[in-house]
Amino acid sequence: MNRPARLQDGHPLTPATTQIAFTDVTLNLGGKTIIDKLSLDVRSGEFLCIIGASGCGKTTALRLAAGLYRPTAGQVCFDGQPMLTPRRDVAIVFQDYGKALLPWRTAAGNVSLVLESNGFPAAQRTARIDTLLRKVGLPHHADKYPAEMSGGMQQRLQIARCLAQEPKALLMDEPFGALDAMTRQGLQDEVLALVAASRATVIFVTHDLEEAIYLGDRVIGLLPHPGRIGIDLPIDLPRPRDQLTTREDPQFLRLRRELFDFIKASEA
Amino acid sequence: MIPPRAKAALLPIACVLGLELWSRATHLQSDALAPPSAVAAAMVEAVSDGSILVATRDTLASAFAGLVAGGLIGLAFGIALGLLTALDRLLEVTIETLRPIPSVALLPIALIALGFGYRMEITIVAFACLWPILILSRAAVKGIEPRLMEVARALRLSSRDRVTKIIIPAALPRIFLAFRLAVGVALIVAVTVEIAINPIGLGAGIMTAQQALRPDLMLAYLVWIGLVGYALNSVMMLAQRHLFGRAALVGEPA
Repeated sequence: MNRPARLQDGHPLTPATTQIAFTDVTLNLGGKTIIDKLSLDVRSGEFLCIIGASGCGKTTALRLAAGLYRPTAGQVCFDGQPMLTPRRDVAIVFQDYGKALLPWRTAAGNVSLVLESNGFPAAQRTARIDTLLRKVGLPHHADKYPAEMSGGMQQRLQIARCLAQEPKALLMDEPFGALDAMTRQGLQDEVLALVAASRATVIFVTHDLEEAIYLGDRVIGLLPHPGRIGIDLPIDLPRPRDQLTTREDPQFLRLRRELFDFIKASEA
Repeated sequence: MIPPRAKAALLPIACVLGLELWSRATHLQSDALAPPSAVAAAMVEAVSDGSILVATRDTLASAFAGLVAGGLIGLAFGIALGLLTALDRLLEVTIETLRPIPSVALLPIALIALGFGYRMEITIVAFACLWPILILSRAAVKGIEPRLMEVARALRLSSRDRVTKIIIPAALPRIFLAFRLAVGVALIVAVTVEIAINPIGLGAGIMTAQQALRPDLMLAYLVWIGLVGYALNSVMMLAQRHLFGRAALVGEPA
């Protein structure tokens, strides 16, 4: 029972177990301390957003969670096991979808890469790819190459590729940072729906405070030089969330003010 | 009004006509030059008696065998050196010392070791083709988008999948470009070896014509080699367009 069912309002039914645990994690890169003694518990099924001024180590923290970096000191654990290399059940969505997709493979081919690598039976691949592409709203684009798709579609495709990993945790690095406002809001709602359906744990890095509040069960803010936690806010806004009413909720505005003040203070 | 391809043919046609008129006007008598009409007649003769076709077959066979052998070795090393920085540094001096040696300078050794014939010629061509392919495929692998390598890590692809599904496809447009260059090198080196020493192929054909005091035939061979080279490049261009059509919309290096 380490994957508790989720109520509509986002609270786990059972006392949640910790899925991703940072214990006194320090990372030095090129003689500089990027992250300093970061401790953080992410509960199973939780949607955690990380915000912070640029250069505060948000992306680095995410890469540590993904196993793409190894801590200089301290430990990152996933389901109680030390995270020494990337895991197949932890998927990462990169911001630069244009570089993360394989340009020589079609949409279907890009999703297929995951299925080929984890030994998914070849006979059922096409059906599985269809399901995944339908899930992210790309059912009629299986034969298109990434270069023939819009930015929003490419990011949807990258998400489909990550879902193909059937991840227990989804790590997203400013996934909508390069998209226009309308596309962005649409994708926010789609991600919320996908995550609610899969019950995956999410760490979502963004520099957009409103996005963090809108999506998250919890928002942490990092302070720069070196990166450490400066603020840790639970978000009690009701779910399912709505682009209009949630954003007009007085609670939403209060949280936005609090995070805004935090960012301003951290940059001062 | 005139299609661009026809326009490109105008200059060569004008030159040929000019040469023809000039050689007739001056009643050309030479061991080195011949009127274009005589060259054309010699070419028709060499094609119809099959001698130039046999020579072409010999030259192309050696050139291709050398290209494939040198190309595969170059590709393997290029990919390995592109991926393993430590190995690259270890071999740097060795490679940079071997690479400037003109392939033709190996002729004396190759001749003693392998004698006349295909084997010697193929070896020299392979040596010449190895370097451009090694250098360019190493650069192609080093130039692969780092994010793609990270995706490969994040998905925990096996080393084999990493090479066949990420590295080779990502580097392929540039590797193909390297092969296109190497095709030219292979033809040049093969003909050079034949002219210098090896009694087969188009190069030997030129030498025989020269010694027979047949400038028309000699020039016919030269023109023929030019046509063969043009045809080869056209085939490669066509293959490139066919292979990297739609998928090459992004990241096309050339």
